[in-house]
This record gives sequence, structure tokens and C-alpha cells, in this order.
Amino acid sequence: MSVLLDILGSVGMWEAVLRIATPLIFGTLGVLLCERVGVLNLGIEGIMTFGAMVGWLTVYSGGDLWLGMLAAALGGAVFGLLHAVLTVVFGLSQHVTGLGITLFASSFSYYVFRLAVPTSSSPPTVEPFRAYPVPGLSEIPVLGPILFTQTAPTYLALALVAVLAYGLYRTPLGLAMRMTGENPHAVDAQGIDPIRLRIGTIMAGSALMGMGGAFLTLAAFNSFFPTMVQGRGWICVALVVFALWRPGRALLGALLFAFFDAFQLRLQTVVDGVPYQLFLMLPYVLSILALIAMARRARVPQALMQPYRRGER
Amino acid sequence: MTRVLELDHITKRFGAVTANEDVSLHLEKGEIVALLGENGAGKTTLMSILFGHYTADEGSVRVKGQALPPGKSRAAIRAGVGMVHQHFALAPNLTVLENVMTGTESLWKLRSDRAAGRAKLMELSQRFGLKVDPEARVADLSVGECQRVEILKALYNDAEVLILDEPTAVLTAQEAESLFATLREMAAKGLSLIFISHKLHEVMSASDRVVVLRRGRVVAERETAETSKEELAELMVGRAVQRPERLPARPGAVLLEAVDVSLGGKGAASLRGVSFRLHAGETLGIIGVSGNGQTTLAGLVSGLYAPDAGALLIKGHAPARYDVPHAIAAGIGRIPEDRNAEGTIGDMSTWENAVLERIWAPEFSSGGMVRRAAARAATEAIIRDYDVRGASVDGRIRLLSGGNMQKLILGRVLTAGPDILIAAQPSRGLDEGAIAGVHERLLEARGRGAGVLLISEDLDEVIGLSDRIRAIVGGRLSPAIPAERADAQLLGLMMAGDWTAAERIEAEGEAK
Ligand SMILES: Nc1ncnc2c1ncn2[C@@H]1O[C@H](COP(=O)(O)OP(=O)(O)OP(=O)(O)O)[C@@H](O)[C@H]1O
Ligand SMILES: [Mg+2]
Repeated sequence: MSVLLDILGSVGMWEAVLRIATPLIFGTLGVLLCERVGVLNLGIEGIMTFGAMVGWLTVYSGGDLWLGMLAAALGGAVFGLLHAVLTVVFGLSQHVTGLGITLFASSFSYYVFRLAVPTSSSPPTVEPFRAYPVPGLSEIPVLGPILFTQTAPTYLALALVAVLAYGLYRTPLGLAMRMTGENPHAVDAQGIDPIRLRIGTIMAGSALMGMGGAFLTLAAFNSFFPTMVQGRGWICVALVVFALWRPGRALLGALLFAFFDAFQLRLQTVVDGVPYQLFLMLPYVLSILALIAMARRARVPQALMQPYRRGER
Repeated sequence: MTRVLELDHITKRFGAVTANEDVSLHLEKGEIVALLGENGAGKTTLMSILFGHYTADEGSVRVKGQALPPGKSRAAIRAGVGMVHQHFALAPNLTVLENVMTGTESLWKLRSDRAAGRAKLMELSQRFGLKVDPEARVADLSVGECQRVEILKALYNDAEVLILDEPTAVLTAQEAESLFATLREMAAKGLSLIFISHKLHEVMSASDRVVVLRRGRVVAERETAETSKEELAELMVGRAVQRPERLPARPGAVLLEAVDVSLGGKGAASLRGVSFRLHAGETLGIIGVSGNGQTTLAGLVSGLYAPDAGALLIKGHAPARYDVPHAIAAGIGRIPEDRNAEGTIGDMSTWENAVLERIWAPEFSSGGMVRRAAARAATEAIIRDYDVRGASVDGRIRLLSGGNMQKLILGRVLTAGPDILIAAQPSRGLDEGAIAGVHERLLEARGRGAGVLLISEDLDEVIGLSDRIRAIVGGRLSPAIPAERADAQLLGLMMAGDWTAAERIEAEGEAK
């Protein structure tokens, strides 16, 4: 019991929560955007991998860290465009296209990585984002180190939650996006082209996914390896359901998952005699339980996964 | 008079189907024009072209003298054209205000001005007497209210020309009446309107001028004052139409019996202690304003729901289980109320839709394999026998006009030869000719000994087809009266929940 309290009482654990949550926040917001306009994007796992690779490669080739983030966002947007053209313009199956993009983007990332770094057994490293203590705020006891001594991309992710929450619910563009996910015919009848809106939104969402991937290589770790996304993309897809398609709840979900993850990592080191795989499972099992609890209240965008063709009834 | 709208020589083809051929139409300021035509005549297509949803193959659209660029709804909206679609274009999970405001502000504005939007909406709602709650979720509204939202949406965009595609198809008689009162008021205030309807009495009472389309062409244009219902019906169909006569019934054994059934509403009104009997060879009409439990009753009989209390006996036995396969196996056929949601699967082909309900029957599958040739032949027969226009065996059913979809469903049900037929609002959205056809088929089914449970809001239909009539009010059934005793006044009383006269008539019948 005291072991648990020790873990829960340590500042390091809570500081890790926000760090682990950051790529999930980016990814979840990305999936959320796509689904809000009615398109499932299972390309996320591959797009995150590609973002991780491109971000890393940009910095490795001498670029600035922020240039790396930007490159990851652009790379994500390009894959988003591919997904959009196939699913929105041609109306192909969103599941199949998304999985295809994940397979393609993952392998392509590894391919490019091998071109750039042909030989070497230990992956080369870059100088990652350093924690940036917010002047003043980081001095606050307990909260300071947990919330205000993070890397810059983490602050960006948190800011994006607010921006998206505001954007979706307070701006005309956000309203049009939500309407597109509910009934693209209605949007069209109001003189907005739902197809262009979908394409643009998917690109933006995929850019966020790319940045989530880049966080892994440029802040959480400092090098790239092909399997590093490790299912985080899939977690994001589930978190969006948990979040009931709302940005604020998406943040909550990401934090919850990250909490379980940070917790099990520390449990592994203090509890003996239990196979560590059981601890690894913990966050996933708890996520599934949380998902079941929430999903019953879910109000799915009504037009999710329904292609829209113009000039048809 | 100023001409606000001109359609010039519009032609539109969908593959082999010519939906509009050389159609010209104009509209003066403050005028109400009714557009009339059979199912599949091309009315919706024409209006969709005008609104920029479809692009015409030939011809042009001019609003106040200015040509509209083809295929751009935005331009049509800017020019002051508003459209109320046949299938509502609303987002159920959003609020009324959100539905109305979408696309009305510049997309790149950093803040949506809801307060101003709400003020404008409330002002319009007041001015035209269209009551709505701006914060209500559209999914919680009745169809009548959705209709109002659709009209407000158009008015909010400062429409001067308003197009309504079958606005009353899903409204109750009272709702329709108040809608037309509103429309006339709008016209008096300078709006110009085109509305589509299959109901001739509406056309006669609400329009200034009537344009009749047949098979994509304008076949006639009349001043409303100088024409009659009969002439319009004939112009529309190309021949005189008459609804069939009902011969006296020869009721047989009890096929279906509900004993004190109660059933909590499944998203619709609930049933509270419903009892009735349906005999072979008779039609039992259930009349009522929608939302009084009809949907639940239809669902109960077709096996969608099991009763919470009481029993439903089919040919004297309670079914082994209350589900759809058992209901179908017991010989129940259904014509569902909402053909898009419950009657068809839009993206599947006509033949799949035609046989899906009975795909396990040996006719259509054996050893787990679908017998396509047989299924397609059966579909072809339905298309031919039931005059389903515009349908091809492999075409997606979504592309059919509403009325033709209904004919296909009717054909599908009747060719299976059900013992018990449940028909919920069977002629909703159908033209005069098609209604006569549907009625004929329903009478035929009864004539060969099926029991028909007819659920309808239409007085004429219920009186014309039923042998006995009950009203449904708040989930309860009134006593049954013979159709001979029914008139609009008595049925009106029954639908309002005043059953004293009906009870007396039922008692008289039993005393005899
Ligand atoms: N997008 C489309 N693709 C193919 N065919 C179409 C399409 N839209 C309409 N049609 C066909 O064009 C014809 C005219 O259809 P339309 O919907 O205009 O009829 P309508 O007069 O509105 O009929 P209803 O009274 O049943 O609503 C029909 O035969 C229909 O099947
Ligand atoms: Mg139509």
C-alpha cells in the first residue's frame, strides 16, 4: 500500500503523465477533427510513424527543432491528402484506405530512414527539446514542476485543445465542420462544398498526427526506430470515442491513459514476482473499461464513414 | 408584375433516364405556383437544378433577369432562392439555431455571432408565425417542427423565391393547413413560391397557377381558378383516375389478435392496453394523428418489438419468439412507414432490396448460396407488374423517386402472398394514379383472403379501404365502427379521444 502511495506522491510520476500524454493529445485531436467531418482515419498509426521519422530526419540533417515539427506536420498533411482523395473524392472504404495508409507510411518511413542512415546498429541521436520552465509559474510548489516544466510541444498540444474546442463550437468554420459530419447534404444545401471542407479538415487532422509522431523523436526520445509509435495511433482512435468527440474530453482521456501508463511503469520496478507484461496490459485494459463506460453515451457523428457524392440523392 | 424566376428549356438525363426534357417555367413576384406530376415525373430534379444541386445538360436558369451559374447552390442562395428539400437537409444532433446559421457567415470569421443569429431567427419566426425553440436539438423535434426549421433556414438566407418539395407529405392535416396559411401570408408580403404536392385539394386551395409535368415534360399550365381537381388528375396521369370501389367483405377466421398489449415506446409513443382482432378477408383501418402509437403498433405486429404485457396471437398462437423472422414465417407482410429508413437499403441494388426479406426462402437461396437468376427474375416481374418507373434490376435503389420506391416495396410484399398484411401510411408521397394502384392491390389482397391492417392518417383512404375502423389516441384503440357509419365528423371525434358515439355504434353492432 505504501508503495502505491509513494508512486502516486512522487512529482516525477505526475510530470511523466503530461509527457506521455502529449503525443496522444496531438493524435487524438487529429482523429477527432477527421471524424467530426465524417471520415475515419486509420492511417494515424502510419502517419505518426512518418511524422516521427521526418521530424527526426529534418533535425538530424541540421534543421531547427521547430522546423522538424513543421516538416512532420506537412508530411502528415500530405498523407492526409492521400487519404482524403481516396475516401472523400473516390468514396473508397475508409477502413481499408486507412489501414493501407498505415502500412504504406510505416514501411515508407523505414525505407527513407534506411536511405538516410544506411549502416549503424545503434540509431543516431539528435539534441531533443529541453524542458522549458515557464518563468514564474514553474516556481509554484508541486504544480510548477508538474505542469510548467515541460517541453514546448507539450504546451503547444495543450493550447491546441483550447483552440480546437473554441474553433469547433464558436466559429462559423467549426459549425460547418460539425454539420458536415452530421449531414453533408445539409451543408451542401447551405452553399458550402462538403467535399472541400472534408479534404481540408483531414489534412489538418493528419498534420496534428504527424506532429504527435515527431514529439516522440524530438522530445520524448532523441532517435528514430521503426516500431516506436507502438499502437499509440490506435489508442487515439479509441480515445476519440471515449472523448465523445469533444476536445476537452480528449485531453482528459489522453491524461487518463498516460496516468495508467506512467503508473504501471513504476509498479513494474517495485513489485516483484509478477510478470511485467501484466503491468504493460494495465493501461489498455483500463482504457477498454473506460471506453465501455463512456461509449454508451456516445453521440456518434451521424455521417461518419458515409461518402458524399454530389448530384446524388 | 415582375418576373423573378425563369427556367429556360431545361433538359437533364441520368444515363438512360431523361428526368427533364425541354422544361420551361416562370414565376412572378408574389405568386404561388404548384408543380404537379406523377412519381418520377422529374419535379425534384427540376427544382434541384434550379437550386444548383444538379447541373442541367441543357438550358439555363435566370433569377431576376440574371443567369445563375450552373451547379452552384451558393450562387442560388445569394440570388435569393431558398429550398425546402423533400428529404429534410438537417443535422439531427445540432440545435435549431446551429442548423439555421451554418454557412450564413464567412467561414473565416473568428467568432460566430450567435446573439445576432438568434435575434434574426426569432424575428423571422415571429413575423411569419413559425414557432421554434432555437436551442432545441433537431433530433427532438417532430416532423412538423423540422419543416418549420427548413423554411426558416431559407428565410434566414433572405430568400425571395422559396421552393418547397412536397412540404406536406409528412404533415398532419392541421399542420398542412397552417403551413399553407403561412405560405399565403408570405406571398402577400412579396415572396414568390413554388411548391410540389400530390394532394390536389392543396393545389386547388393554395396556388395561383399550376404547372403539370409528365415524364419529364411540361404537359399543361393552368390558372388555378380555371381548372378542377378532376382535370388536374387527368392531366397528370394522362387518363382519368378513379380510386377503386370496395366490395363487401367476407370475413373469415381470426388471423391476428392483440390481447391487452402494452409496450413502452421505442423512440415513439407507447401502447397502453391495446386489444383488437383482425379477420381473414377484411381490412381493419387504424386512423390517427401521427405520434399516437402507430409506429409502435406497426413495429409490434411486424415483429420488431415484443409486448411488455399482454399477448399478440397469430392465427390463435403466440409466436415462439417475437422477432422479424418469426413474423415473416408466420405469414406477415409489412409495408413500413418510413421507406428510406426501414423499407430499403439505399446503396444496395434493386434486386437485393426486392428479395432481402425472404433471402432464406428456398426460392431465393439454396445451400447458403443466393439464387441470383431467380432473384433477378422475381425483381423484373415486380418492376413490370407494379410499374416501378426508372428502376433497373442492378441500379441502386436510392436513385428511385419516392413513389417508385414505394411501388417496389408493395410488389415485394404482395408477391410473397402474406396472410396478414400490415400497411403503414401506404400512400404517403404517392401521386393520384399510384394511390389508386396501391388501393387496388390492397383490396386484391383482402379479396383473396388476407387480413389487412391499414394504418393511415388519411381519412379518405381509411374510409375507402377499411371494413372496420378504429382510432388510435395516446396509445389506446377506440371501439371499432363499421366503415359505412364513418364520416369525417365521427372520425374526427374518435381521433380527438371522444369515443361515446363509437361505443354506442359498436354496441349496436354486437346486439344485432
Ligand atoms: N441522381 C440520380 N441518378 C439517377 N437517376 C435519377 C437521379 N435522380 C433522379 N433520377 C431519376 O429521375 C427521374 C425523376 O426523379 P424525380 O426525383 O425528379 O421525380 P419526382 O417527380 O420528384 O418524383 P416523386 O413525386 O416520387 O418525388 C426518376 O426516374 C428517378 O429515378
Ligand atoms: Mg420528388
